[in-house]
Amino acid sequence: MNTAGRPAIVASGVRKAFDETNVLDGVDLTVTEGSIFALLGPNGAGKTTMVRILSTLISPDAGQVSVAGHDVVRESDAVRGVIGVTGQFSALDDLCTGLENMRLMADLNHLGRSAGQSRLTELLDRFGLADAAKKPVTTYSGGMRRRLDLAMTLVGEPRIIFLDEPTTGLDPASRRMMWDSIRQLVTGGVTILLTTQYLAEADELADQIAVLDRGRIVAEGTADELKRRVPGGHVRLQLPTADSVYAAVALLEGASYDEKKLEVQVPTDGTVAALRYLLRVLDEAEIEVHHLSIHTPDLDDVFFAVTGLPTEEALAPS
Amino acid sequence: MTTLAYTLSDSATMTRRNVRRLLRYPSMTLLLVGLPIVFLLLFVYVFGGQLSRGLGNSLAGGHVGRDAYLNYVVPGVLLLTVAAAVQGTAIVVAMDMTGGIIDRFRTMAIARSSVLTGHVLAALIQTMTGLAIVFGFALALGFRPTAGVDDWLAAIGMIALFAFALVWFATALGLAAKSVETASNTPMFLTLLVFLGSGFVPVATMPIGLQQFARYQPFTPVTETMRGLLTGAPIGANGIAAIAWSVGIVFVSYLWAMRLYRGRRDS
Repeated sequence: MNTAGRPAIVASGVRKAFDETNVLDGVDLTVTEGSIFALLGPNGAGKTTMVRILSTLISPDAGQVSVAGHDVVRESDAVRGVIGVTGQFSALDDLCTGLENMRLMADLNHLGRSAGQSRLTELLDRFGLADAAKKPVTTYSGGMRRRLDLAMTLVGEPRIIFLDEPTTGLDPASRRMMWDSIRQLVTGGVTILLTTQYLAEADELADQIAVLDRGRIVAEGTADELKRRVPGGHVRLQLPTADSVYAAVALLEGASYDEKKLEVQVPTDGTVAALRYLLRVLDEAEIEVHHLSIHTPDLDDVFFAVTGLPTEEALAPS
Repeated sequence: MTTLAYTLSDSATMTRRNVRRLLRYPSMTLLLVGLPIVFLLLFVYVFGGQLSRGLGNSLAGGHVGRDAYLNYVVPGVLLLTVAAAVQGTAIVVAMDMTGGIIDRFRTMAIARSSVLTGHVLAALIQTMTGLAIVFGFALALGFRPTAGVDDWLAAIGMIALFAFALVWFATALGLAAKSVETASNTPMFLTLLVFLGSGFVPVATMPIGLQQFARYQPFTPVTETMRGLLTGAPIGANGIAAIAWSVGIVFVSYLWAMRLYRGRRDS
């Protein structure tokens, strides 16, 4: 999807401190038009602050930021004209219905009555909210609130969309629905920058990922590029007896084992040839294998490798 | 559309939004209207008989006893209504600022002033409605204004202007408040100013120091102007003072509120 090539968002040397604590400590990033860019990091990494700077809510202490070619500080009105923002905390009017919230957006985007109406109907349908449109949003589930939030952002047809932790706190089904909605958006040429603390989410959605940790970008690339930076691909064998564990370890180069669990781990590059070779060696030695699993490095490994910290998110369901 | 047309359209949209929010939450409006009504009943029926003895003939407006005091106190109760209503404005503004939707507005290409204008106009509609209810109550208790058509229009204009001023002031207080609790407390002194003026008893009956304060604070000239227009008591220089105070409060509060709104910098 990285074909357009033109940058939609360019940030360089962005710094921001609150009460003398550096929240952002020199962040550079470039987001290509029509792509999904994920800013990945744990709580407190500075993700939300970065989104607030990009969306003109706060000014950076230092550094340059341009969105769609406009400077976010000097030309903030021009930036606001092309962006849509869905923040971490729902930006809905709780005392109103879903439809009233949507109509508010249509009015503020100066859409005429009929044009506005058809756009609202289309968006409410697309986000599965048509039936609940006339109910107050206080009766909505978490997933419905997030979808309405995103639908409200889309009323103005923004070309660049910021999503701050769009699925935090959602159940797996709602998360899937949200992912589908986000993927649909880029097919229309929209650029998306999202933040997430879920490694699986960045892997699932993003063309380009930047890992943000304590105010700095500590790694950047596609999901595959990041994974390649991390060793750790291995095959895990479950064997029937301790004796077979020792026999297997003697045969296989670089193998490690856990005799209590009756497990052997063998490093692999993940190719079919390597796997075939491994199985042939075990066959020839007549070592029975109960179970075999291939572990390729995931973004959890990446995160651990570049930040040196296990993330609480690594424990979250993906 | 021109910039001005966008500003008007956005302000109208925001006003509709806030009026709808006030309608969805009627208990707050009722509570705020309830306070001046309770004070009206309390002062007329509990204290009124006694307090009426301190009123000279000109203030009694030809009435005697409790009716004379009712005649005297209604303008004060109307100002109390404004003071109580804008307390609600500060709360509503602070609540709105703590919610996520303001950040959404601030990332949209809409007229910057429209968010506050919407709050102010909706609050003004709410306050004027409250005034109409309280005034209707006063009429039911036997209040009989002597005002002619011009006086009526001037009285409505005066109270609307003063309400507009206090609504802007309360909006600024709501923006300045760090929390909704603070916002609900800070405007309380406005209620007190009605009492520390000529709202409930003539200023001349107060000790000297307090008299000085009462004469030169904004509620007194507005109360006296309203009293003059509705019941025919002398207005004197109070009319000019009341308008000057109101315009001054609008001007300062508007600048303060816009500054607070533009400068909001939370993390």
